[in-house]
Amino acid sequence: MRNLLAKIKRRVSSSDDARTDGGSTTSSKSLLRRDSVRSAPFWLPPFLLVGLFVYGAILWNVMLSLTDFEGLGQPDYSDLDFENYTIAFDGGTPSWSDFSIDPIWNATQNTLVLMIAFTVVCLALGLVMAILVDRNIRFENTFRTIYLLPMSLSFVVTAKFWLYMYDYSDGLVNVALGAVGLGPVEIVQNPELKLGAVTFALIWQYSGYAMVVYLAGLRAIPSSHFEAARVDGASTLRMYWRVIIPQLRTATVSAMVVLVVFALKAFDFLYSMYGGYNPGPSADILATQMVREAYGNGNWAYGSAIAVILFIMALSVVAPYIYSQYKRGQL
Amino acid sequence: MSQETAADADTGLPLKRIGLYAVLIGMVVFYLIPIETGLMTAITHPDAYTGNYPYLPPAPGDISLQPFANAVDALSQGMINSVILVVPATILSGLFGSMAAYGLTTVDWRGQIGIYMLFVAGIFIPYQAVLVPLTQFWYNIVPLQDWVEMIAPMVPFFKDYHWKLVALIITHTAYGIPICTLLFRAHYKKLSDEMVEAARLDGASIRRIYRRIILPLSIPMFAVVFIYQFTQIWNDLLFALTIVQFGDAAVVTQDLVGIGVSQEGTNFPLRMASALVAALPTLLVYIVFGDRFAKGVTA
Repeated sequence: MRNLLAKIKRRVSSSDDARTDGGSTTSSKSLLRRDSVRSAPFWLPPFLLVGLFVYGAILWNVMLSLTDFEGLGQPDYSDLDFENYTIAFDGGTPSWSDFSIDPIWNATQNTLVLMIAFTVVCLALGLVMAILVDRNIRFENTFRTIYLLPMSLSFVVTAKFWLYMYDYSDGLVNVALGAVGLGPVEIVQNPELKLGAVTFALIWQYSGYAMVVYLAGLRAIPSSHFEAARVDGASTLRMYWRVIIPQLRTATVSAMVVLVVFALKAFDFLYSMYGGYNPGPSADILATQMVREAYGNGNWAYGSAIAVILFIMALSVVAPYIYSQYKRGQL
Repeated sequence: MSQETAADADTGLPLKRIGLYAVLIGMVVFYLIPIETGLMTAITHPDAYTGNYPYLPPAPGDISLQPFANAVDALSQGMINSVILVVPATILSGLFGSMAAYGLTTVDWRGQIGIYMLFVAGIFIPYQAVLVPLTQFWYNIVPLQDWVEMIAPMVPFFKDYHWKLVALIITHTAYGIPICTLLFRAHYKKLSDEMVEAARLDGASIRRIYRRIILPLSIPMFAVVFIYQFTQIWNDLLFALTIVQFGDAAVVTQDLVGIGVSQEGTNFPLRMASALVAALPTLLVYIVFGDRFAKGVTA
């Protein structure tokens, strides 16, 4: 053991001798006295947990998506193919089932509509509210606390509230519609309105979050910028449009990434609102389709394939964001 | 931007100011009305519930705590399970997050940024991407159920079905670590290096520096992290649905989904009372520690 350690020590130190970062104590040459190793008791256990449960599980999920795993029993890893992805894109009857399986296009379309509408409206509403709250108002903290309140609630809870709000006979939305003579409208089970109703409820829950992020962004802008625009005679609207909003790019991007990820997670809300895995085709998103295929229908491998697609969608938003944060030294 | 708006407030038309407050109060109504309507309905006696003006308080004679009593009855088992889950998972993920952030920030070494990036990316992963493997892992790979059944008779209050909660605790801990690490790292980067440097020169070990210097300085951040994690884990449904699935170990969000729907129609007072009971712990935490919650979500 000692020998081996000494060998590793020599090998590592010979390749790493030329440290140029000028660290006073970090340039120790012994492997065991290296800071990366000595701090390992702190970062390694959490890293292993995350490595196993997050990254290990993702790789395992990719493997599972290549199998024919369905129903009870165990997955068989000896026969891997891309059949599930073909089914996901084209639909049809796979070799492992007697039934025709739905492709992902309908759910993908709903996911994108929900994601884009939710994110854009949340950002716009959040920005307007942040600008209003930033106008030196009284009770600012109280307003802010109330606007952010829905975010502290579970999707399951807010779905219950909105199920009531949207109720055909007793719901407040229909009471209000009735007052202006539009009569009661079926909302929750109406294919035309479902997705909009869900999106609206999610905006109610998360626009306060965008407001708080923008407010922090506005506070970070030096007040001289506001004054300079004022001196130049710019109107309030023009000042915000030309001077202030361009400086909120960072706030916009970070709020956007978080909101997009929240939108991908809307499963809990839909499950609670529709009391199960199936919200119906017009409100079905990839998150619900994945869980329904796997846990509702027992099509585990196909569910895994949808999960991989969902993961890639999330990654395509998150990876550029993390990379740009890294480039700007903000990690 | 204080001076600028202060001047604006003095010179601006009062009408403009009134309009501003009207909009702000309108938004308050927008954000609170679903909750307020729920509360008013929840204190209405089910027999007296008519559905008219659900946002107004019920007539004094119709006020009843019956819906709340029924809701607590129906949710008590789930609430207990949620507490058993949330407390250890919150503390563990917070501690691990603090340790990881310390090892990756205060102790400075090359290559740590790469490892840290893996932590950060973990925050944004949609849970769907890991569900089937997690179910496989807990049900078919790890004989956790057998272990718990072996130990359970020896420990008071420890029941066989608690194995699912143990699995859920470990899972939530692992998925909470990334965001906790991010929050602690932001905090540790702001701490001054001098104290740590001085302690190092005095020959203090890495472990000692953490215990004696970093940990005491982290207490405000622990409050933020614990509040954030408590809310997240209490509110989660998806992991519970796929790891606990059903049975005695179901947590409160799972129980809430099916409540108040019966063949005779929908019992709105019970349903609203249940939603409020399930939300009560996070609501209380939010009302008491709202500013720290805001700090957690905007980091």
